[in-house]
Order: sequence, then structure tokens, then C-alpha cells
Amino acid sequence: MNSNQTPIISVQHLITAFGNTVILDNISFDVHPGEVFLIIGPSGCGKSTLIKHMIGLFKPVSGKIFIDGDDIVEAEEDTLQWILRKIGVMYQRGALFGSMSLMENVKLPLEEFTDLPHEAMDLIAMMKLKMVGLKEFRHLMPSELSGGMQKRAAIARAMALDPQILFLDELSAGLDPITSAGLDELVLELTESLGITFVIVTHELPSIYRIADRVIMLDKSVKGIIAMGHPHELREKSDNPYVRRFFNREAG
Amino acid sequence: MMEETHLKTTNQPTSPVLLEVTGQEVLTLKLVGRLDATTTGKAWQKALGLLEQEKPQDIVIDAEGMTYCDLSGIGLLLELKRRQMRVGSEIEIRGLRPEFHELLTLFDPMEFDEPESKTDEPFNVPKEVGQATTKVWEDIQALIEFVGEACVALFRVLLNPRQVRWRDTFFVAESAGVNALPIIALISFLIGLIMAFQAAIPMRQFGAEIFVADLIGLSMVRELGPLMTAIVLTGRSGSAFAAELGTMKVNEEIDALTTMGLDPMNFLVVPRMVASLFMTPLLTVFSNLMGVIGGALVLLTLGYPLITYFNEVYAAVTIGDFLGGLVKSFVFGVLVAGVGCLRGLQTKIGPTAVGESTTSAVVGGIVVIVVTDGIFSVIYYYLGI
Repeated sequence: MNSNQTPIISVQHLITAFGNTVILDNISFDVHPGEVFLIIGPSGCGKSTLIKHMIGLFKPVSGKIFIDGDDIVEAEEDTLQWILRKIGVMYQRGALFGSMSLMENVKLPLEEFTDLPHEAMDLIAMMKLKMVGLKEFRHLMPSELSGGMQKRAAIARAMALDPQILFLDELSAGLDPITSAGLDELVLELTESLGITFVIVTHELPSIYRIADRVIMLDKSVKGIIAMGHPHELREKSDNPYVRRFFNREAG
Repeated sequence: MMEETHLKTTNQPTSPVLLEVTGQEVLTLKLVGRLDATTTGKAWQKALGLLEQEKPQDIVIDAEGMTYCDLSGIGLLLELKRRQMRVGSEIEIRGLRPEFHELLTLFDPMEFDEPESKTDEPFNVPKEVGQATTKVWEDIQALIEFVGEACVALFRVLLNPRQVRWRDTFFVAESAGVNALPIIALISFLIGLIMAFQAAIPMRQFGAEIFVADLIGLSMVRELGPLMTAIVLTGRSGSAFAAELGTMKVNEEIDALTTMGLDPMNFLVVPRMVASLFMTPLLTVFSNLMGVIGGALVLLTLGYPLITYFNEVYAAVTIGDFLGGLVKSFVFGVLVAGVGCLRGLQTKIGPTAVGESTTSAVVGGIVVIVVTDGIFSVIYYYLGI
């Protein structure tokens, strides 16, 4: 879908390394606005590394990453801050601040980056928590939440400044299938109603089939992308037997 | 070039709200341009400020010129709607694009109106005092329990030394003992120096400077050597033990040990206590020596030869004083490691918990050391040491 629009994220000839070990060797892809874009692959293939480059935490060895037309690799520190307002990130373990309630967690970016009056922040934070279905739990502390609720809360915090892109690292790791399905629903709802573009790392095949508009599959052996496309398409037509086997694992 | 201009518009948001008052009863708010997280703040203040000021009967919102609106903007519309509904007035939203209207219908303005469920309990003095007292009592209980368990573990180790994890013990002995040598040497040297200097000035009036040697020798060996070593170790190692064990507790590593059938007492506490037990007296000897050297420097500058100073120290300090100090430092060593480990194991959940247990390890450690030192003074007095 939307493939003739200008991409909202564009990764071009990216090379990443830790020390002398190359993790990703010359990969390029585009993400289009409103798309749910999945990054999959075995552990250690560089999925989280890729995400960390796309959100500006790591600097690549070479290559360019454009977010909404701005290059985040070359950008100065303060310009980068402005570009990064357009994205929100949910980290692998949620990374909610343990000393603050849910409400305070969601309000924190609003307090730091906007000049909204206090009652406005309360209302907007509550709207975000309602979107993820946690409005009733807003006074709880993160340690009092279940794993699924923590992920929802982390999504609400990532949404605080209404980003155009949400990065979700390990959306369904450590969750039961039902909770995981609930999170998939949430992703579909958010992309539907708010037009948010999602970039998601996941391992769960059912979840991949449910939400993906497009998938890229990374692999250690080539240090790059071994497959790109819609999961159904890859299952039927990929010329890589490993990819076909992966997508057929639970589908049939 | 395109990127530049793009950034500028985000950097300096233009005010997205224009206001128009038409007639006495109806206020028309014109929303123009982008209404996002950065720009909504100004619009919010402007819109609600005007609402307060004009107190209109009805509001018309003209959203014809609004190009973009996210949840923050929708929040503003909701707030306006909510205000009007509360006072029973009308609000009309014109020209809102269908996709934004759809967002607006996701929320019911009155659903955020519920009273805050957060009820702060009023401050209750008897209750607070009671809770604090129970807490002190529980603390004492935990301490006694811990001392008992630690003693049992140490005796078991004494009977069967092969049970001790010697690798860990040597590692702790290095990091908590050997690496503490420079700081302890420095502090003791300075204490000896300062004390000697301060004492020498008044004693000079009586021509009694040489007795500074007695003062330094006795006070370092009997009191200050063991005490300073213990206090530095509390700050340096007691806190480290608490933080280490506390982080393990938070990461459920302690639970993992227990379910594997490994006693955390044996596995974590005993190596630290044994290391501390042996290293503290050694460091104390060093501390004594450095203090005496500090005093020597002062007397040297006052014109006394070194040999006179050391003879005086030698005459004043008996082997009983020295051993008395060492016995104390054995006990201090166990206490420092014990309190540190206890606080570490008591750590609760969350990132602030580790900080709390580190703090209480240092505070508790110093209190316990000073109290024990007082007890020792009384015992030594009656024993005539």
C-alpha cells in the first residue's frame, strides 16, 4: 500500500558495527506513511541494533537514515532533538519510570516539551491512556502492572507528544498469546485512527500475519536483509527456502 | 534546503488560533494551521483565557483552516466541549475534516470529568508514630535474626573451611581491602598530622611537646585507627555490598539462588564477611602506622629527632593497647560487612530501592560502629586494659 508516496523513513546503505564486528552490512529500505512495518529475524541478527540506529541512539559506520525527509545521521544535536519529536519509542522492557505513576509517566514528555497548562496535560495524558485502555489504572505504579499492561503504558508514553512514527522493540516478547493479540489489536487501532506509522520488532508468527503490511527479515549469515514483502507473499513466493519455511511454520 | 524550511516551521510555531467575537452571546473561535503537541499550548491558553473573559453563552468553532490536528488538538476541542456541557451551553464545530471528527468521536467529553480517585489520607500523628515505632522494632528483629543466621553460617564455615567460596572471598578481599589501602593511609596520615599539630600548640606553652607522641600513639592505636578504618570501610565497601546485593535482589538473582538450593547467606554473605573480617585488622595496622608517621612529621618540624619520638611512642603504647585495638577492628569488620549485606538483602522493588538500601547501609553501619566502640570502651575500662 501507499508505495508511490514519499517514504516517511528511508534507510540508505546503512553499515553498522560494534568494534570490528560488522552487524549489518549495507542495507537499504523505505517505510511508507501509515504502514505497519515489521523487522523480524533470529536473535542476534541486529534487529534491536537497527532500531537503535533509526531512533538516533547509535551512529552508523556509514549510510544515511532519513526520518520525514531529515537525515538523522548528519544532524546536529539540537536539530536531532526536533526530528526525534516525530517519533516515539517503546523499549524492550517498557522502561517506564518506576518512581512515577502511569499518569506521571505519560505527562513527563508533555511537561518537558510543551507549554500546555496543567489541566490540559492531565486531559491529554488521560486521552492517551484511554487509547491504550489503561485510563482506570492511571494512578498505579509501573511495578503494580502486568507485563502486557506495562507495554500498553509504554506505548501511551511513547504517544505523549503525538509522534508520526512509533518504534516498538519486541512487541510481544514474554506475553501470552491473548495479551499479545490484544496488543496487535491496539497497533491496528492506532494506525487506523491516528495514521501512525509503526516499525515493530517481533518474533511471533501469528502477530506477524495479523498486523504486518510489510516485513523485512534480517539474517546473520548475510548481515542484511534476506526477504522483504508481505508475509503471505513471502510464504508463497520467496526463493529462499529458509524464509518459506519460517512463514509456513504455523500458517498451514 | 527543503529540510531547513521544514525545521523552521516546527521550531517557531505560528499561533494556530484566531479569535473573533460576534455578537454578545456567541463567541467564534477560528482554528488555523497545525494543532499539534507543540502549538496547542498557546492555543489552549488563548482560547480558555478568552472564554473566561467573555463568558459567552454559546461557542462556534470554525475549523475550516485547520490543516492538521493530533490528539493534543482534539484535547482542546474536548475541553471546550466539556466546559460548555458543564454549564449547559451549546457548542458547534464547523468545517472539521472528517478524519479529525472521527478522532473526536472516540472520546466522550464527560468521561474525563470523574472525580480524581486519588484520595490523600490526612496526616495522622499517632498512626505515623506507631508505624515508625513498629518499623524500628522490625528492624531490630531483622538485625537479630540476621546476626544469628550469619553466626551459624560462619561457625559452619569454621568447622568446614572448604565450604567457603574462596575465589569470591579473595576477590572481595582485594576490592574491599587492598584497594582501600591508599584512602585509609591518606586519611590516617592526615589525622595523625592534624591531631599532633593541634595538640603541639597548647602543649608548647608547658614545654610538653614531646607528650604529643604519647597522645598520637595511644589515641591512634586504641581508638582512631580501628574507628577510622571501619568508617572508611563502611562508606567504601558497606555501601558497595548493599548496592551489589540490592541489584541482585531487584534482578531476582537472589530468588534464583534460593530456588537452586543455594543459601544466599552462604553464597554471598559469608565470603564478604570473611574477607572483611581478615582485611579490617590489616588495614587498621596500616592506619595506626600512618597516624604515627603523621605525628612524627609534626614533631620533626618542631625540632625533635625521630628517635626521641619513636622511643616515646614505644614507651607509651603497650602490646595490650595494640591488641585491644585489633580485637575491636575484627568486630568492626564483621559489622560493616554484616550491615551492608543485610541492607542489600532487604532491598525492596524498584530503582530507588537500591539507593535507599545503600544509604541505610552506610548510616546504619556508622551508627553500629560508634555504639560498639562505646561498649568496648566501657568493657576495656573495667578490664583495666
